[in-house]
Amino acid sequence: MALLQISEPGQSTAPHQHRLAAGIDLGTTNSLVATVRSGQAETLPDEQGRHLLPSVVRYTNDDIIVGHDARAAASSDPLNTIISIKRFMGRGLEDIKHLGGKLPYHFTEVDSAVPRLQTAAGDKSPVEISSDILKTLKQRAETTLGDDLTGVVITVPAYFDDAQRQATKDAGKLAGLNVLRLLNEPTAAAVAYGLDKEAEGVIAVYDLGGGTFDISILRLNKGVFEVLATGGDSALGGDDFDRLIAQWIMEQAGISDDADHAQLRRLMHAACDAKEALTDSDKTSLEIELADGSFWKGELDRELFNKLVDPLIKKSILPCRRALRDASVSAEEVQAVVMVGGSTRVPRVREKVAEFFGRDPLVDIDPDTVVAVGAAIQADILAGNKPDSDMLLLDVIPLSLGLETMGGLVEKIIPRNTTIPVARAQDFTTFKDGQTAMSIHALQGERELVVDCRSLGRFALHGIPAMVAGAARIRVTFQVDADGLLSVTAREETTGVESGIEVKPSYGLTDNEIETMLRDSMTYVSEDVAARNLREQQVEAERVLEALAAALAQDGELLNRDERSEVDNAAAKLQAARDGNDPAVIKSAMEAVDKAAEEFVARRMDGNIQRALSGHNIEEFD
Amino acid sequence: MSQFLTQNFFELFDIPLSFDIDLPKLEIQYRDLQRTLHPDRFANASDQERRISVQNTAQLNEAFQTLKSAPLRARYLLQLKGIEFDDEKDTTFDPAFLMEQMELREKLADIKQTADPMTELADFLQDISKLNMAMVSELATLFSNDNDEYLNEAKQVVQKIRFLNKLQQEAEELEEDLLASY
Repeated sequence: MALLQISEPGQSTAPHQHRLAAGIDLGTTNSLVATVRSGQAETLPDEQGRHLLPSVVRYTNDDIIVGHDARAAASSDPLNTIISIKRFMGRGLEDIKHLGGKLPYHFTEVDSAVPRLQTAAGDKSPVEISSDILKTLKQRAETTLGDDLTGVVITVPAYFDDAQRQATKDAGKLAGLNVLRLLNEPTAAAVAYGLDKEAEGVIAVYDLGGGTFDISILRLNKGVFEVLATGGDSALGGDDFDRLIAQWIMEQAGISDDADHAQLRRLMHAACDAKEALTDSDKTSLEIELADGSFWKGELDRELFNKLVDPLIKKSILPCRRALRDASVSAEEVQAVVMVGGSTRVPRVREKVAEFFGRDPLVDIDPDTVVAVGAAIQADILAGNKPDSDMLLLDVIPLSLGLETMGGLVEKIIPRNTTIPVARAQDFTTFKDGQTAMSIHALQGERELVVDCRSLGRFALHGIPAMVAGAARIRVTFQVDADGLLSVTAREETTGVESGIEVKPSYGLTDNEIETMLRDSMTYVSEDVAARNLREQQVEAERVLEALAAALAQDGELLNRDERSEVDNAAAKLQAARDGNDPAVIKSAMEAVDKAAEEFVARRMDGNIQRALSGHNIEEFD
Repeated sequence: MSQFLTQNFFELFDIPLSFDIDLPKLEIQYRDLQRTLHPDRFANASDQERRISVQNTAQLNEAFQTLKSAPLRARYLLQLKGIEFDDEKDTTFDPAFLMEQMELREKLADIKQTADPMTELADFLQDISKLNMAMVSELATLFSNDNDEYLNEAKQVVQKIRFLNKLQQEAEELEEDLLASY
């Protein structure tokens, strides 16, 4: 197609060319980046050959240090060295205080609901800190692969709520990444496992990481990975195991609760080492330096360790039971239990999971890398590198979505474990004569009372015509996209007055905040913002033109000559705008193409549906 | 607008309009349509196509969930046949059923005070699920009589199932409370 003769060095997106895409596992303890090369998904190492990047960021006056070097400074510089930031994502200060354990950080309270941590480099939000981890992985991938990444898939715990997902996506944006999809970690693991073992049937993925726990029940059928149910605890993980051991040490060694931050970090380190040692041995010895310079020596055996962590493991088994019930599947029907996440190395965890499911879990896949590998496979497909792939992931929302109603109660609109994307509407009415506005409060969670659920956002519908109570008909629609992100619209049906929000979580960053951060961000200091904007629009224009050309080549006969020339005209104008240097002109030309192609797109979609129903894949018609 | 959004759910899957449906076929059609419509197929398409893809897939999921579930399918079929439902006003009057409901509710209320509430609750949920299954087979019988008298009877059964679902929901809320206090 003449439309497609665009190819400039460094920004080529010509069709059929391999696009660089990566999967990123942004973990509580460690993070990884993986990509598909020569048909093989693999994690990428750093220059020293290390694949895992500790999710630790240290801020100094003039530098940001991420990974191993930052972790090494965790005890000596606890205030400026941030660990396990994932636990704070999408959380307010109050939630963080309830996370358990004594936190070494100083928080700044600002107008925004997002907590900020005070560091030598200024106040940092969890989103910014996570984006620094992502930037390091981006750089690693681009250095290794030799070019810019077209897009990435970032994994999140399946049990992450809307606010936590939004925060993760914001962190990706802030790191300058094109986030193709947020993918649930257990689903990513199922993809890697399922493709590797060519598995079919019902499987369970038990994913216990550093700070989060997920259980997902999936049905694998001819390349379709259908999540039947998911459950979990977004504040349960290996960190909690460490904390219990650290508490035990404190009791034994007579260390008081108000020990300094450096001491607490050392304790957590020792606890983590002891936990890891007990994976292979029956007992381990401990040595802790006390404040007065003397040493406490002790021993922890596996029996006592098991006793300490049993309550935590039990906390993970209850969601397993509920997930099975939600999936309408019995434990016997589960054909394989896949173990994911570093904490599944703990023998007691394997024992208890085996006991619950009545079968030995699979521990032969690398629990640290499987999620990143699955994300890389999905990223490769979403980037368009495998147009013939049959693989499809059907995921669910982990927690019910609802609205506040009279009396502080929550009315559920979309129940948990509903397949996404989903759209559902509910009608409400006014309760006072002459009422002209209505406040809409979106919530997520299973509990009955508003106070027990997570507040996602509030907005108001104004301009309702004054009527008697109960006469207005207000339709509130919840839509959840493939990333699991919610948007809400409200519309008064008799007049058509409309209002809506992309739900910006109560604990999320505002668009302005993100904008400012982007501008301030180190990445763009050397780069002219205007130039970047132009380039982004140009890349987007190319994407639009390319997609249109491909669609016309395939289904061009759906348009008559006039219709076709209208579309071609709009495309030619966009092509000209793309070669110019005004981002606003490119943008409006893109909108014009969208409008001109509207009918074509609809007909094409209907044609595809017909073909799917008559039992043929589109591919067969190529 | 894509005609996909205006078809009834049976047309959408190209299956006969009936309570008794070919579930395996429904699932195959669902997967084939998902492969065609899902947003993952449009990750590089125009914004417009991506938007339509989300709408279509949401509709597809809604249709699949409705037809897959026997009570939802029954309710949907009855609505297509002109039977109206008003969840605020409709009530069921079968005294035996209401008595049974009251007993179940009392039982649920007492579970919290038992020695092992989690196990009691699991048993309770099991009982509800059995009652549910019995009603679904009642629906199957009613729909197989091909006359109009069954319509109102079927509506009654659908409403009874709604009662049970509410009870089940309350039981699950109790479970949430128990888990939270655990």
